[in-house]
Amino acid sequence: MTRTFGAYGGRYGPETLIPALDELEAGWRAAREDESFARELHELYTSYGGRPTPLTLAPRFAPDKRVYLKREDLLHTGAHKLNNAVGQALLARRLGKQRIVAETGAGQHGVATATVCARFGFECVVYMGSEDMRRQRPNVERMGLLGAEVRPVEFGTKTLKEATSEAIRDWIGSVETTHYLIGSCVGPAPYPELVRELQAVIGRESREQMLTVAGRLPEAVVACVGGGSNAIGMFAGFLGDEEVRLVGVEAAGAASLGTGRPGVLHGARSSLLADDDGQILDAHSISAGLDYPGVGPEHAALRDTGRARYVTATDDEALAAFHRLAETEGIIPALESSHALARALDVDAELVLVCLSGRGDKDLAEVVARRELRLIGR
Amino acid sequence: MKTLVVYLMAGPETPALAEAAAASGADIVELGFPFSDPLADGPVVRRAGERALAQGMRTARCLECLAATRAAVGVPLIPMTYSSLLDAYGWERFAEDARAAGATSLIVADLPADERPELRRVQLVAPTSTDDRLRTAAGTTDGWLYLVTVAGTTGARAELSPALEPLVERARAVTDLPLYAGFGISTPAHARAAAELADGVVVGSRAVEVAEEGPPALAAYVASLRDAVDA
Repeated sequence: MTRTFGAYGGRYGPETLIPALDELEAGWRAAREDESFARELHELYTSYGGRPTPLTLAPRFAPDKRVYLKREDLLHTGAHKLNNAVGQALLARRLGKQRIVAETGAGQHGVATATVCARFGFECVVYMGSEDMRRQRPNVERMGLLGAEVRPVEFGTKTLKEATSEAIRDWIGSVETTHYLIGSCVGPAPYPELVRELQAVIGRESREQMLTVAGRLPEAVVACVGGGSNAIGMFAGFLGDEEVRLVGVEAAGAASLGTGRPGVLHGARSSLLADDDGQILDAHSISAGLDYPGVGPEHAALRDTGRARYVTATDDEALAAFHRLAETEGIIPALESSHALARALDVDAELVLVCLSGRGDKDLAEVVARRELRLIGR
Repeated sequence: MKTLVVYLMAGPETPALAEAAAASGADIVELGFPFSDPLADGPVVRRAGERALAQGMRTARCLECLAATRAAVGVPLIPMTYSSLLDAYGWERFAEDARAAGATSLIVADLPADERPELRRVQLVAPTSTDDRLRTAAGTTDGWLYLVTVAGTTGARAELSPALEPLVERARAVTDLPLYAGFGISTPAHARAAAELADGVVVGSRAVEVAEEGPPALAAYVASLRDAVDA
């Protein structure tokens, strides 16, 4: 197992949790050596999740180049989050846990978690900032229908950062019966590696599909980065292909890699939005899934080595890409994925692979409200 | 003689509050350096930290507060904080400057014993710690071992945790160092029950709440704890 990535990662958490992290690490190691685990995971990915997800060429969206979309939006529950939730649920069952806690920002990870909990018969508690509950209402309702309890988090920024803190606090008090199903490649070891390995199916499939449909590897691979799980899963398929450029796109107001500094948050050392004293700063993004001041430690290491490059997209650029994809290809993307789409248009490459990490149904109210505001403003 | 440890959040009133606590029988004062995202803390300490940060209690001001408190009291003072502050300030530099300002040691709530072992500090162990981890923590701790009585965050509980007794037994088996129990101890009755098992008790959240009412209220509360642990 990899506990650190360059100067990042590690385990910065209360002692109470460390034995559970050891247990999880050992359970994961055993599972990886167990063929029946791989078989069951594959079976769930295909017969329940709908994998493999297709690649779609987007010629009207990007007429000057070949942009292929990896359609994680077509995965069951509408985003890549299910890849991780299914795998961790299998692990939790192996570890004998009966209860799952999770955090969610956009609600996609919460929905994926509630979904696997329904499927596996786990009790499910999801922490969500009250501001995110407001702007991602449909996902709150979906979690309720799936039998999960959504607990609002009312302090601080009332978004993903505080929701994550509360999920971890719950876990500190319930660790013997509960698995913490973290939603991104963040947190103390072994989570960043565990989540990467479960999301790596995106990159593995994409690589094969590119070779089939284009006869070659893409020049650039573009993915949005909040915590960074869809990006790390996509990048994992191409890390060994030096000629493939890896581009992560952060929200301009939440650029933990672009404008951040080293710090410690939620159990790991990474690049964070923090001040000179190590106090965590507020992030701002129209996209609840990217509205987070931290990022997975492996991304910080990939930035430092130069293997991946991280750029930003503003709220307006993401919104423009959202509308453009809807109007040119008949696909409504998640606002998170729209950040990747925005930069895919101007990346200096002809053959581009974009991770369309989720679908945008959850964002309709927010997007329509913005559009009306704009019309009134005219 | 059992040891009574009282936690206070760093702030402008801290020297006066520490004086009141020490005069009423606190043997050690922990000084909270607030962090924006305190994972190990329940709502009382979290809110106190938010207020302290809003008052500008950043690392430099906290160190000044530590020095001012040092000038006011003779008991050992131990900053308690989170890794992010040390990472930003420089791990060694933080320890040195805290020592220079009068700190006896350091507690880092989110730094388990096997992470950055070179940083000298009071180690925490929990009911979930394995015997191996108890040995590692006892082998590297600075003077005493902090026994977290519950699997949970800081904050008052109705009853003293039943997990404390087995934890004390397991810790005694690996070390002769003093064992002080904290988390969830808020009433004199809790303090007394915990002191019967361990060598001392740490009172945090309730002390922070009472401290908001001023030094006289804190003095009366600490005196009631002192009586309880000495009884």
